[in-house]
Amino acid sequence: MTFEEVRKSLDGVWVTDGLDDSQSVSNAYTSDLLSDVMGNAPDDSVLVTIQNHLNTIAVCTLAGIKIVAVCHDRDVPQDMKDAAEREGVAILRTPYDQFSASCRLSELCGGAR
Amino acid sequence: MDSQSVNAVGSTVRKTEAEGDALVVMELIQRLKVRDVMTRNLVTLSRSATLREAQLLMRENHISGIPIAENGRLYGIVSIDDIIQALDGGYISEKCVSRMSTHLIVLEEDMPVSFALGFFENYKYGRFPVLSKDRALVGIVSQRDISRVMLYELTQEINRLERQHTRAPEDRVGEGAQLYMLREFPVVKYDFENAGKAANEIKRLLREQGVAARLTRRIAVAAYELEINICVHSNGGTLSFVISNGVAEVVARDTGPGIENVEWACRDGTSTANEWIRSLGFGAGMGLANTKRVADKFDISSTLGKGTTVYAAFRLDGAEK
Repeated sequence: MTFEEVRKSLDGVWVTDGLDDSQSVSNAYTSDLLSDVMGNAPDDSVLVTIQNHLNTIAVCTLAGIKIVAVCHDRDVPQDMKDAAEREGVAILRTPYDQFSASCRLSELCGGAR
Repeated sequence: MDSQSVNAVGSTVRKTEAEGDALVVMELIQRLKVRDVMTRNLVTLSRSATLREAQLLMRENHISGIPIAENGRLYGIVSIDDIIQALDGGYISEKCVSRMSTHLIVLEEDMPVSFALGFFENYKYGRFPVLSKDRALVGIVSQRDISRVMLYELTQEINRLERQHTRAPEDRVGEGAQLYMLREFPVVKYDFENAGKAANEIKRLLREQGVAARLTRRIAVAAYELEINICVHSNGGTLSFVISNGVAEVVARDTGPGIENVEWACRDGTSTANEWIRSLGFGAGMGLANTKRVADKFDISSTLGKGTTVYAAFRLDGAEK
């Protein structure tokens, strides 16, 4: 899935600047618990979450997650945006809830893992 | 140890010191309580004392304020300003109770020193009385008291770091052992802004060493969980990372409060985190369980009131767990 395909599928808006949208991801993971993400999310993923906190980026950096899809169009604080740009993680705001966003990504992936 | 390894140890230690300076002070002012810095040897006067008596007592003891207290109960404070005004106004023979300050701002003995520093910043008083939980007067704190104890504690910390760095690496890993890397990261209670930075640094070091991605991820999981545990659950501590003899070790040490039931705490899904912590995405109760799951060797020891040490080790020889 290219970054642009992910954005379109989630009707999303990029929050982070300076994005290289020729990149792609191969997986997705849905969770709001950072320990769960840390322990179980596959590398090279989109994270579907409502966590709009700086620490989400710390976990994504460690877990090899490339895109954070923040659900319900929640605001992304400036410190989270700054950290994401510094660490090369893309943030996307989507109007969907976690279930709907996950379904859309699953369709894009060609079905459930 | 080859020359490259020596350089690695030297450079990493220097960087840790520079990054850690501010954190050491922050950790100290959180860890030290008002009771650790206050003067317990109180000079007080009863309600029947006159301002003249207060003046003489201040002169004898070289102090600039006296609490008016009886049987541990604090009624007010007479300051040197009150004495100057009394001398100027000609009422030095009056009782202290008629002129003392009664709108008092007090500290509690179990507050962190950071609170006391905030009080000195916000209220321009030279000293604050200290009360116990049952509201009895137990001490008094001036900025000088805090400086004295902070200076002592920082000296102790410097001595500890010097001992640690001058000690040959072999001390830690045994004769003939090869130490390639040793890093120590201070972790401050509730410092969520910096939480995860130590784990990220460890991940970067492992990548530099060419450690396989999957193994790097396992070590990063343990480092992150243990770092967050110190941040969320303890009074603060350190996360150490050592690579020696083909083994990577992550060791988390904190200064309390300790875990009441270690077996329970290691179970998946159990947590004592409050709602605020949970709202930040932590406190799922997976930290210790995750660490245990990814590590080749896991050990935990805890003493109530003293602290907890968690040890996680990983073989670097490529053998999958």
